Amino acid sequence: MAIFQQIAFILVSIAAIFLFAKKAGQIRRNILLGRDTVPAGESGERWRNVLLLAFGQKKMFRNPLVAVMHFIIYAGFIIINIEVLEIGLDGVFGTHRLFAGPLGFLYSWLINSFEFLAVGVLTVCIIFLIRRNVLKIRRFLSKDLNGWPRSDANYILLTEIILMSLFLLLNASDTLLQQRGVGHFGTHLTGNFAFSSILHPLLNGAGNETLEAIERTCWWLHILGIFAFLNYLPYSKHLHIILAFPNAYYAPVEPEGKMHNMPDIQKEVLYAMQPELAPTGDAAAAPHGKFGAKDVADLNWKNLLDAYSCTECGRCSAACPANITGKLLSPRKIMMSTRDRLEEVGRNINANKQFNDDGKSLLHDYITEEELRACTTCNACVEECPVSISPLDIILQLRRYLVMEESNAPQEWNTMFSSIENNFAPWKFSPDDRDQWTMD
Amino acid sequence: MKVSSMAEMMMNGESPDILFWVGCAGSFDQRAQKITKAFASILQKTGIRFAILGKEEACTGDPARRSGNEFLFQMMAYNNIQVLNGYGIKKIVTTCPHCFNTLKNEYPELGGNYEVIHHTTLLQQLIDEGKIKMKEGGSFKGKRITYHDSCYLGRANDIYEAPRKVLETLDAELVEMKRCRSKGLCCGAGGAQMFKEEEKGDTRINWDRTSEALETGSAFIASACPFCNTMLTDGVKKNEKEAGVAVLDIAELVAASME
Ligand code: SF4
Ligand code: SF4
Repeated sequence: MAIFQQIAFILVSIAAIFLFAKKAGQIRRNILLGRDTVPAGESGERWRNVLLLAFGQKKMFRNPLVAVMHFIIYAGFIIINIEVLEIGLDGVFGTHRLFAGPLGFLYSWLINSFEFLAVGVLTVCIIFLIRRNVLKIRRFLSKDLNGWPRSDANYILLTEIILMSLFLLLNASDTLLQQRGVGHFGTHLTGNFAFSSILHPLLNGAGNETLEAIERTCWWLHILGIFAFLNYLPYSKHLHIILAFPNAYYAPVEPEGKMHNMPDIQKEVLYAMQPELAPTGDAAAAPHGKFGAKDVADLNWKNLLDAYSCTECGRCSAACPANITGKLLSPRKIMMSTRDRLEEVGRNINANKQFNDDGKSLLHDYITEEELRACTTCNACVEECPVSISPLDIILQLRRYLVMEESNAPQEWNTMFSSIENNFAPWKFSPDDRDQWTMD
Repeated sequence: MKVSSMAEMMMNGESPDILFWVGCAGSFDQRAQKITKAFASILQKTGIRFAILGKEEACTGDPARRSGNEFLFQMMAYNNIQVLNGYGIKKIVTTCPHCFNTLKNEYPELGGNYEVIHHTTLLQQLIDEGKIKMKEGGSFKGKRITYHDSCYLGRANDIYEAPRKVLETLDAELVEMKRCRSKGLCCGAGGAQMFKEEEKGDTRINWDRTSEALETGSAFIASACPFCNTMLTDGVKKNEKEAGVAVLDIAELVAASME
């Protein structure tokens, strides 16, 4: 029986990890479809961001109450997963509470603190469920989340509640079996734990066999739940629990106001102004790439990493002046659309071994002109994002494509362009009057 | 007002301490010209030797770049950098956060390296150095003032304190809007929005922002950007509050309070 469980466990683990690794590889491939980019700033400063923004969740603390609750889920979840290490080893070796012996009294202390965290996570998940579904919070009511994204958020909260309950029930049945001295349970006396012992009265009525069955079921469901969670991540906004870290590392460390340069155009202008510098022969004939971005592969890989890291929290849109005043633009939706399109391109590559043109693109099919036009480049979205995403960077690259490749600009902008070109100011004033103010 | 241009200074064999980059709004927009003059008068009073580029100044290219026209931006940048480097400019002050951002953050990789400061930072320095002294019982004493953060000064460049420190010297009652500093709401002008109609929505961004400023019950809304100034002034008019509420640039507030 035990050996059967061991084999089953090993097979399930291999399958779960294999599936996850496969999907992770596809995501990595998708991200690397993006243009190359070198993150700005020293790596020392970027490590600082990993500590402050990712581990420390600094941006979350713009709203301290929510930050503390989110921190409980995050810390609780990570720390409790240390327990998964033991579960894994127990599963492979057919042992029971492998760490209890070597760790001694420290073991009970550890499990007690895990239980404490588990109750914390459970409580916060319930609060978050209520907050999401009952309280009227604009960024959760938004139509950005209609359909799958809204369910996704709820599924994960429910899963965490179930996992935490299983963990507590597991401990409760285990400690009760210990007290009764049943089989191998009697040889590991860990003593009761803080919270699971409260469940004892519920289980007291059960016979030893039932109790053992409950213990085993909880153990299996818990570990299967964790494997399922792992494989659910790549399809969910919860991928951020992994990608928030690299995303914080690769976030540019430079003033938010600085836009990416376009060296191709810089050179073209230079050669137009100083033709003597222009290359001749083959080099001169080299075709340039697209100006700006039309589809996901025209964005850079950090933009695509951003898309997979987005938590769909909507803090960006809640601060976006365009969104607040009822415009179509929602920076959250910009990120969600980018991920959706990238996933679609990824599926296309999976099916055809390479990307077969599907006649669609991020621009127009997923993100419309009207959305792009409404952005004031105010950086509120960038400032608010807890996981170091820049929706603005994507907006600006799509705008570049609209204007430079499609000559698609509102009439007023075309007037502004020609004024700048001819009058050196965005309005049609005579350049000779530029210092007129000194005259009167 | 006599202000030397770089060309004139060069002719006289002089060089300024600092170049005042006036910007398109500051040069041509009637309302913004007042800000320009107020700031220039402060510079003159404090004895700072400054010059402008005059007719040789051109748009930095900010609205072109942000609307997507990188070609036009690069052309403007190329020409401006030629002019600035030609005069050997080292230090620039500007009253426009957009010019400030472009000159400071975007020109260096195109070959234009200057020390660029925004006028609110310079004003704060001059006050700290005692070069600007405020009148006793100045015109804003005890008056309620709220400061509107410009996106291109605040979030874009992390300048939140300098304008506030300057305002503190006015002896006025400073009140913050709920959305302030890094949470400040945009006035609606950035990203070349100034030059086109807003997209369809429930309200205008500048109306939303101005209502928030008016809710503070302030007599003055302080701005540090000519575009914010225009947007907020428009919002005040929309609310028919011109009689009781004025939108003034930090430079205007200082100029009116100096000894
Ligand atoms: S930069 Fe654009 S998208 Fe981001 S908050 Fe401002 S207006 Fe919205
Ligand atoms: S971009 Fe950032 S702030 Fe916006 S929804 Fe995604 S994670 Fe939240």
